[in-house]
Amino acid sequence: MAANFFQARAPTKKKQAKDKESVPSPSLQPWVEKYRPETIDDVSSQGHIVSVLQKTLTSTNLPHMLFYGPPGSGKTSTILALSRQLFGPDNFRARVLELNASDERGISIVREKIKNFARQTPRAEAIASDGKKYPCPPYKIIILDEADSMTQDAQGALRRIMENYARITRFCLVCNYVTRIIEPLASRCSKFRFKPLDSSSARDRLEHIAAAEQVPVNRAVISALISTSSGDLRRAITYLQSAARLSSATEPPTPILPGDIQEIAGVVPDAVVRKFAQTLGVDVSLIASGDGDVEMDDVTSSTTTTALRGFDLIRETVRSLVREGYSASRILIQLHDIIVEHPTLTGRQKSGCALIMAEADKALCDGADEELWILEVALRVHKAVTS
Amino acid sequence: MLWVDDYRPKTLDELHYHVHLSQRLKSLAASGDFPHMLFYGPSGAGKKTRIAATLNELFGSGVEKLKIDQRVFLTPSRKKLDVNVVQSNYHIELTPSEVGNYDRVVIQEILKEIAQTQQVDVSARHRFKVVIINEADSLSRDAQAALRRTMEKYMTNLRIILCVNSTSRLIAPIKSRCLLIRVAAPSQGDMLTVLNHVAKRAGAGSLPEDVADEIITDANGNMRKAILVFEAMKMQSPDLSSSPPIAKPDWETYCYKVADMIIQEQTPQRVMEVRAKLYELLSHCIPATIVLKTIADRVVQKVDESLKADIMHWAAIYENRMRLGNKKIYHLEAWVVKVMSLYKQFFLGIELGDFDDLI
Ligand SMILES: Nc1ncnc2c1ncn2[C@@H]1O[C@H](COP(=O)(O)OP(=O)(O)OP(=O)(O)O)[C@@H](O)[C@H]1O
Ligand SMILES: [Mg+2]
Repeated sequence: MAANFFQARAPTKKKQAKDKESVPSPSLQPWVEKYRPETIDDVSSQGHIVSVLQKTLTSTNLPHMLFYGPPGSGKTSTILALSRQLFGPDNFRARVLELNASDERGISIVREKIKNFARQTPRAEAIASDGKKYPCPPYKIIILDEADSMTQDAQGALRRIMENYARITRFCLVCNYVTRIIEPLASRCSKFRFKPLDSSSARDRLEHIAAAEQVPVNRAVISALISTSSGDLRRAITYLQSAARLSSATEPPTPILPGDIQEIAGVVPDAVVRKFAQTLGVDVSLIASGDGDVEMDDVTSSTTTTALRGFDLIRETVRSLVREGYSASRILIQLHDIIVEHPTLTGRQKSGCALIMAEADKALCDGADEELWILEVALRVHKAVTS
Repeated sequence: MLWVDDYRPKTLDELHYHVHLSQRLKSLAASGDFPHMLFYGPSGAGKKTRIAATLNELFGSGVEKLKIDQRVFLTPSRKKLDVNVVQSNYHIELTPSEVGNYDRVVIQEILKEIAQTQQVDVSARHRFKVVIINEADSLSRDAQAALRRTMEKYMTNLRIILCVNSTSRLIAPIKSRCLLIRVAAPSQGDMLTVLNHVAKRAGAGSLPEDVADEIITDANGNMRKAILVFEAMKMQSPDLSSSPPIAKPDWETYCYKVADMIIQEQTPQRVMEVRAKLYELLSHCIPATIVLKTIADRVVQKVDESLKADIMHWAAIYENRMRLGNKKIYHLEAWVVKVMSLYKQFFLGIELGDFDDLI
């Protein structure tokens, strides 16, 4: 793919035809792609960034940029939209080079491919075939998406390139973790922090997509999408599409329920977590239950636990959670929510729980055994809340 | 062939349990836009069987014509990697974690190759090929990052099915690109149905209720284990009426023995003896985590209530260290010492306060 960008001629007819072919027909396209913002104005919830970038559309000036923020907050979309608006479809390929984590981006690639592209004089502007007028400023853009997965060496090799060809090439680095970008690179860029989407923007966007796809969803479903995706709009959109697929698979289509979204998102049903918390000695009678329509059969499946007490009861409860296949990190998140917001647990008890939660999170990320750590959390939370 | 393989259901309709889930998979396979999928759940719950059945639903029985290949990949530093792949005309299945940290190379190469080849079989029901990645939770971060864009870009030619025990170690962008499919362990009733079915198919006569109960309790939701044990018992005592004790795998009996040794005596001498046994287990390729969990389970059954939580606490701690460290045996041994010291102090009634200071 990347080789296309180095062709000295405008793309031929044949080439275009081939590219068309690789674009899936709209009905088979993932919605995250189908509804990727076309222009920077379509990017929701990043008001400040958009207004700064607006100005670059009218001036011919653009600094090197560093976009950072959590997944699905619009970083890739924004730089792609900006590039498109700057150059238009006809000049895009000649002026923009985009590389991601799935491309080989070791130090040798930086020295060859990236440098080669960076030092080419920008080609003369091709006439826009769509009749629109594009600013088409006299530089090229190199987008290094998912740049935090580049090695330090490769980043180091970028420094000189960035400086030497700054007149004709601007870089945009995109990443989740700004600390993984070496300081000399970061300091050469204007930084833009992308925030997780706020829920009203996310709601607008999701409702827009649902309407366009003619998927009937109510407020509760949208709320479930937002709460399960914690500011990651991509995830919310993927869940929505999956739910729509499943609901339309039956005849007649089954309406989408908040519980479906939770299942797709891998959320542990509310009732299961509450029962787990209760086994650990957390009084859940005071907490408002979540969505009433969550399936309850999971809870009743473990009937053997009734005769057990103390350690054995907790052990068996954990076993049954593991048998159900719930992910440990999800259980942790949801248990954490119950405890942190609990009306009667003391600050001291909550602090005790916070300690163990943090340890468990780290252990799970290190790949520790899930069953042992769910049990560990259970036993220590039990100790903290009953002492 | 073993019963587990012989009587493995081939289609979604033949699957005995989670009927609702089978139904969903069936409708997904029927629609043109089949998503990327992530199957997760405990071992022995039937994830692979379900994936194979889904493939069958997608492409027909052609997917059962399998070819096993050994492929060679080259790392950027020219190191050769051998990877076993299983494939049909419609799919390819691999376990990239076999090659450890070089898994990214394998992922990149295989996926690019599949993405760029068109389906040769013109009568195929779908244009895409399916790539099944086993043990995807062991993929390195780099390999996961390499999957990210590929999953969006090559959607026309390629669908990915990830199979994992736990989703905790997968990065969020991967999870957000998949439809998550949770495969819970079968319930006790489900397991009974399957065992009876196997008994019938194998011409093994009827399965006495008490024997079935015993097998099911012992298997703790692991269907594969239950069928294996059933077959082993049948070999031992063909009529099953005398209800032979559950045929435990040797390593399990061995672990129990180790647990008993720990409880009988807490001396430096005993630590050495236990270590020899642990070595023995590891050298027979029993995963260290399984060894630790099995011994710990047995130990806590036999000690006073007040010790149980501590023993499991240290099991969790040392298991984690074992993964980060290099020498599994060190951590197993350290845990044994820890347990012995806890146990002994409990009996001596010495309150030393915080044990955390010891280590
Ligand atoms: N601010 C936003 N406004 C509108 N749509 C958005 C926004 N953020 C994300 N999306 C939607 O989510 C999809 C993914 O967004 P994008 O690729 O820009 O995320 P990203 O920030 O680059 O994430 P990552 O860090 O995982 O690469 C887009 O195709 C779009 O549909
Ligand atoms: Mg991105």
